Amino acid sequence: MNVPAELYYSKTHEWIRMEADAAIIGITDFAQDALGDVVFVDLPAIGDTVTAGEAFGDVESVKAVSELICPVSGMICDVNQALEDAPELLNEDPYGAWIIKVSPVEDQEELLSAQAYAAFCAEEE
Amino acid sequence: MASYIPSTPAQQQQMLQALGLADWRALYRDVPDAIYLEDGALDIPGGLSELEVRQKICAMAAKNKPFATVLRGAGAYDHYIPSIVRYIPTKEEFLTAYTPYQAEMSQGILQSIFEYQTCICELTGMDAANASVYDGATAAAEAAAMCRDRKRRVTLISAAAHPDTIATVRTYCYGSGDELRIVPARDGRTDLEALKELLGPEVASVYIQQPNFYGQLEDAPGIGQIVKEAGAHYILGCDPIALAIMGTPREWGADVVVGEGQSLGMPLSYGGPYLGFMATTAKLMRDLPGRIVGQTEDAQGRRAFVLSLQAREQHIRREKARSNICSNEALCALTAACYLAAMGPAGLEQAARQSMAKAHYLAGELTKISGVELVHSGPYFHEFVTTLPRQAQALKALEDQDILGGLPIREGVLWCVTEKVSRAELDRAVNIVKEVCQA
Amino acid sequence: MKLIFERSVPGHGTEYLPPCDVEEVALPPHLRRAAPPKLPQLSESEVSRHYTQLSKQVYGVNCGFYPLGSCTMKYNPRIDEEMAALPGFTNIHPLAPGYTTEGCREVLDLAEKLLCPITGMDAMTFQPAAGAHGEFTGVLLIKRYHDARGDHQRTKIIVPDSAHGTNPATAAMCGYQVVNIPSAPNGCVDLDALKAVLGADTAGLMLTNPNTVGIFDENILQITQLVHEAGGLCYYDGANLNAIMGVARPGDMGFDCVHLNLHKTFATPHGGGGPGAGAVGCKAHLARFLPKSALMDGQDDHLQVRSFHGNFLVVVKALTYILTLGREGIPAAARGAVLNANYLMRQIRGFQPAFDRICMHEFVLDLSRFKKETGVSALDVAKSLIDRGMHPPTMYFPMIVHEALMLEPTETESRQTLDEVAQVYGELYDLAHQDPDYMHGAPHNAPIGRPDEVRAARDPVVRQKL
Repeated sequence: MNVPAELYYSKTHEWIRMEADAAIIGITDFAQDALGDVVFVDLPAIGDTVTAGEAFGDVESVKAVSELICPVSGMICDVNQALEDAPELLNEDPYGAWIIKVSPVEDQEELLSAQAYAAFCAEEE
Repeated sequence: MASYIPSTPAQQQQMLQALGLADWRALYRDVPDAIYLEDGALDIPGGLSELEVRQKICAMAAKNKPFATVLRGAGAYDHYIPSIVRYIPTKEEFLTAYTPYQAEMSQGILQSIFEYQTCICELTGMDAANASVYDGATAAAEAAAMCRDRKRRVTLISAAAHPDTIATVRTYCYGSGDELRIVPARDGRTDLEALKELLGPEVASVYIQQPNFYGQLEDAPGIGQIVKEAGAHYILGCDPIALAIMGTPREWGADVVVGEGQSLGMPLSYGGPYLGFMATTAKLMRDLPGRIVGQTEDAQGRRAFVLSLQAREQHIRREKARSNICSNEALCALTAACYLAAMGPAGLEQAARQSMAKAHYLAGELTKISGVELVHSGPYFHEFVTTLPRQAQALKALEDQDILGGLPIREGVLWCVTEKVSRAELDRAVNIVKEVCQA
Repeated sequence: MKLIFERSVPGHGTEYLPPCDVEEVALPPHLRRAAPPKLPQLSESEVSRHYTQLSKQVYGVNCGFYPLGSCTMKYNPRIDEEMAALPGFTNIHPLAPGYTTEGCREVLDLAEKLLCPITGMDAMTFQPAAGAHGEFTGVLLIKRYHDARGDHQRTKIIVPDSAHGTNPATAAMCGYQVVNIPSAPNGCVDLDALKAVLGADTAGLMLTNPNTVGIFDENILQITQLVHEAGGLCYYDGANLNAIMGVARPGDMGFDCVHLNLHKTFATPHGGGGPGAGAVGCKAHLARFLPKSALMDGQDDHLQVRSFHGNFLVVVKALTYILTLGREGIPAAARGAVLNANYLMRQIRGFQPAFDRICMHEFVLDLSRFKKETGVSALDVAKSLIDRGMHPPTMYFPMIVHEALMLEPTETESRQTLDEVAQVYGELYDLAHQDPDYMHGAPHNAPIGRPDEVRAARDPVVRQKL
């Protein structure tokens, strides 16, 4: 399982990259593997506000659906529209296929380091 | 008496013994004594032979009076049903199958639903249809639910919609805690000025019935413009027979098209089973409730059909699902597909044209009687409302002559004519009414 | 197989109507259709052959063994169909004057009169068209009850985690917050978990009994009492009534309302997914809230969940069945169903029951250990059963059992059939240990192999482009 060291993680299996002007959010390798082939991503709209710990969309596989939980609060400033037509990107490249960008970030949940997240996943399995 | 159990009592005793059980009570040992019903405690009559049951049920059917001529609609329409359409859905394979969860042994039913979905899309001009819902009224309620989002929650419905549809949508709104506003009607049609006033930024959708409960044809394209400008979703409830000759809801800007499909080959049956159809745009397809059949391939590249987009549904999404529907009206959808295939585009157009022409003929003849007038001034399809002096006597006189007359409603009498009724029957009906009214 | 549109030939068709004998009229120009719908054009013989060929790729309960757990696929008697097809029923307009529809009223009244003693309820409606629709109606009765008492603080419905997905979905449609409670290790309601969530905000509990793992909850009286003490009402999901009809009554268990699946328990056919009928019964204190029809009953401000009075012909079929079985036959059917399930569970070799104890009308096999041993999943076993000419059981439900296969043989299967079925399951158990790859590739003898569901969901094709 791939857990890049430079990212932060939530216990609901989202990854976060903190950049100077925004937080970039996607789902982890562990999450995409557990879901199986992703067939659809229900994306929010640019301009929506999100609250840490609440859902901002969901991802569907054939036999399951999983909510996307936002680890930060703020306004959605960008959405990866490519996922609309190519949801499989989440399977193929989970850390390249970001889902939303939040800016400004007003608040955030307690996040896990790569090491702590890897340990958390090992427990879940 | 039969319970359709093949095993003999002796075999059942052997099976109990094989399980190490002394008697039936042991089989039900988890059921507390306080609520266990002993043999014979069930308070209903003893079972009957098939012959006796047949006599009993036939006696009930004989207490009903079917009419040779039906001039009443109001949501249940007496169109002609070709024999083949009655026959095909009685085939035991179709009749006794469950929902096609196992695609490999259900290709026949899945393909029939795919063909039905295609027919509904053709009639409505839409991109996607589901495999059916319970009836036209629930289809309207489900459509209203699918059009809501976090910001827009209010549903508008025309007062000229079917009263059962309004009441059903109201009930679904009561359930979800969302507001329903009624758009008043004027001269039997939706009041467009009132509609504009009610269309705030909180409105999720507007439901209009075309033709409406009074048979009147709404300015559906014009309403589409108004609804679109307000940013709400436009739900049209359509008569599927009328769609053979009417413009498509798609052209009129509809986002969701629903309707009562009973006209497509289902008998009147005292109100059911009927068929709710639902169709929408590609954009809203994933918001449709209920089952949807999709086309794909197997590993060898053979065309295959499956229940698709299941992640929308309650068995996966549970409390987050938009609807709880699972069982639908699949056999009625099959019936509708058979009806459309048998009638074909030309036959369906004939049914629509003749219904409309004959309704206008009846209206023309009835209004020659003094005191009988059309209540509404707009164009209509196959239903219309008239005043009727001595209404109760006139309708009873028709019934005595094996004719079910129009439906008494607050505004007058709501008449309906389908292609089944001949000119001679219409003339006879008019004469009966004339005699009563002029007596 | 060809689609009906691929069989279509321009100009083919059958005329069913005489020529129009009145003057034609036209729609206003702005409402006219530009081009006719592209419906298929076929002669009647071609229509007939198309559907006959389709019917050969459908498997109904009258074709063979169909042990879909939770679906009660019992034999559908022919007499029921014949009675529902009587012109004295099919040709009756729902809005015809009352004196011409007395037979229809009698059907509904008699069905109510028979189903109330079976369920222990006081009144019943036949307006709901399916099980989930009945659930919706039942929970609305609960909502109306609390509202009528001005008790607006009750915002939660309790649902066990083993419940059918329709239960939480229904509660949500009725505006309730869903409180899922974990099941006890024996698959039944965990009384402590229940007590922990009961309170002044409890509107009610939705429960199936026997539950979704096929076990009758022996604490049922305590469960309903606890809910009532908290001021909530109890809703009985009738999906599993076939196990206990005539043996125990939801009303006596303490339930306030129930829905029945006439298309399961009372032998009306499923029709490939419907029409069903979800009759809802209730105790007297809820009876005044039962739904009505605005047009037929002329009432305002009533609940209404469908037009008119529901799927009437389905009620005719169920009534025919109930009259046939009667006082002795109803419990005999339940007992037969429970006996068959227990017998089959014990005859099946190899596969392990999830709960090793007496079951009701259905049981769950837990294939998780089997899958670890062989790599063969519940799905593989299900698909292999297709090759053996029988319908697979319900798969992957309930969700509290991993690799679940849930079998409900019903009372209308003979001992010989059950023995043969057990034999086939045993053979598949062996095959999985010998040639798992063969089972991964099943079915091998069906019209198609496993369809690519990922493709179907990613790029949906839900209509033929014409």
